[in-house]
Amino acid sequence: MKDGENAKIMSYPADYKYTKEHEWIQVDGAVGTVGITDYAQNSLGDIVFVELPKIGDVLESGKIFGSVESVKAVSDLFSPVSGTVTAVNEELVGAPEKINSDANTTWILKVELSDAAQLSGLLSAADYEAFIAEETGH
Amino acid sequence: MAEATATLRKTALNATHRTHKAKMVDFGGWDMPVEYSGLIAEHLAVRTGVGIFDVSHMGDIQLRGPGSLAAVNQLCMNDASKLQGGQAHYSAMLYPNGTFVDDVVVHKLSDNDYLIVINAGTREKDVQWVRSQIGHMPGVHVNDFSDYYTQLAIQGPKAVETLQKLTSTDLSTIKNYWFTWGQVCGLHNVMIARTGYTGEDGFEIYVPSDEPTSARVWAEVLEAGAEFGIIPCGLGARNTLRLESAMALYGHEISETINVFEAGLGRYAKLEKDSFVGKAALVEIQAAGGPKRKLVGLEMIDRGIARDGYPVATLDGTKIGEVTSGSPAPFLKKNIAMAYVPVQYAGVDEELAVEIRGQLVKAKVVPLPFYKKPKKVVLA
Repeated sequence: MKDGENAKIMSYPADYKYTKEHEWIQVDGAVGTVGITDYAQNSLGDIVFVELPKIGDVLESGKIFGSVESVKAVSDLFSPVSGTVTAVNEELVGAPEKINSDANTTWILKVELSDAAQLSGLLSAADYEAFIAEETGH
Repeated sequence: MAEATATLRKTALNATHRTHKAKMVDFGGWDMPVEYSGLIAEHLAVRTGVGIFDVSHMGDIQLRGPGSLAAVNQLCMNDASKLQGGQAHYSAMLYPNGTFVDDVVVHKLSDNDYLIVINAGTREKDVQWVRSQIGHMPGVHVNDFSDYYTQLAIQGPKAVETLQKLTSTDLSTIKNYWFTWGQVCGLHNVMIARTGYTGEDGFEIYVPSDEPTSARVWAEVLEAGAEFGIIPCGLGARNTLRLESAMALYGHEISETINVFEAGLGRYAKLEKDSFVGKAALVEIQAAGGPKRKLVGLEMIDRGIARDGYPVATLDGTKIGEVTSGSPAPFLKKNIAMAYVPVQYAGVDEELAVEIRGQLVKAKVVPLPFYKKPKKVVLA
């Protein structure tokens, strides 16, 4: 490995909303797409397993809907919003490491929002970055 | 966190690890790299090529003087009288009840001179224990040399070829668990030991612990191994490598509440020795029919990853034990664990369950170790 080769610059798209548990949600109309943040994938390291919900499952904001496991740790997934699961990313069953290579575009599930007002309670990209900075003491 | 970091101990390579963008963690009070480029890549580099680890946090106690052999043999369960100069063996220091103070590697430097390599997390406890147990014995001088060495582990099937470029010593003459002194990276009298904690061929070298020397040797090893794809490896890969090879980790498979027979390490306890701390208890345990529980290897049958501390149960959900170490095995590509279970459940192929966050997930007992390095093919 050359120096700096893995010195990835983490990025947090400005049109996403974030949770303090390190999920992101991108909303298009009444449907939200959910994944985990670049910070989360980097902290976990090599991801080997994603436990997905089923289509039709009802999610509640702030509640656990699945988990993601790396070689060294397991981390619960918390739903950013309430709603009904309309799609899950089946690709992650065979290739969970896709989250490591691009956390921002590798989605985990799509959810039909039952209360769009919940979005205002989530963090903006800038707020999320500030939150991480505080968490890590940098 | 910033305050805590300030009190963590650092090896001489701390700045080097940060240059490599290592993820650093608090490991038993030490600020150590858990991974650099990624745990799986690091693990595979050691299984298929070569990797380098900074293991300078390990401690080193020297026992010297005409009474040193008697002291080592009183302190450690293996029989150091069997060692020749330049030879090392696995051993352990026990409490009088036959449980573990620590597991150690005893090196016989020469007659009347032994070096005991101990774990990082137990350094202070071990040094105090050594002094309390054998300090009164005649003709032995105890030195704590823990801070004198930068200890580097160069591990993997390409370890020999990598290190050979940096030394005039013919490494092929050093047998497994033997060591010698030689010139490495221009440094004289570097201890070169064919030891490690990965289940792979490799060496541990002990160089002076000043920062410039440590950083230079680290860099030269990386350069020498570049053609074999060497990468720096962290404690994460060190843990999964030793788990695949079923090597014990203090605080997990061995501790002050687990005895030698339970841990399956009875072959290193030489009960024929006149005396050693813990012997009487081991003799008693053996006379009583052996241990009631045993360390077993588990392989998950159903989907799920067993982790340290998860309960182990029978298939009907009765809790019978606990996982001591569990993880995905990056080389074997299975989810494996070691666990203590009552002896009646310890037979190979026994089906058990691991409770993973409230769910019973099926696993089976498999022989240990999970991984054995391939035997070298000798062409006639």
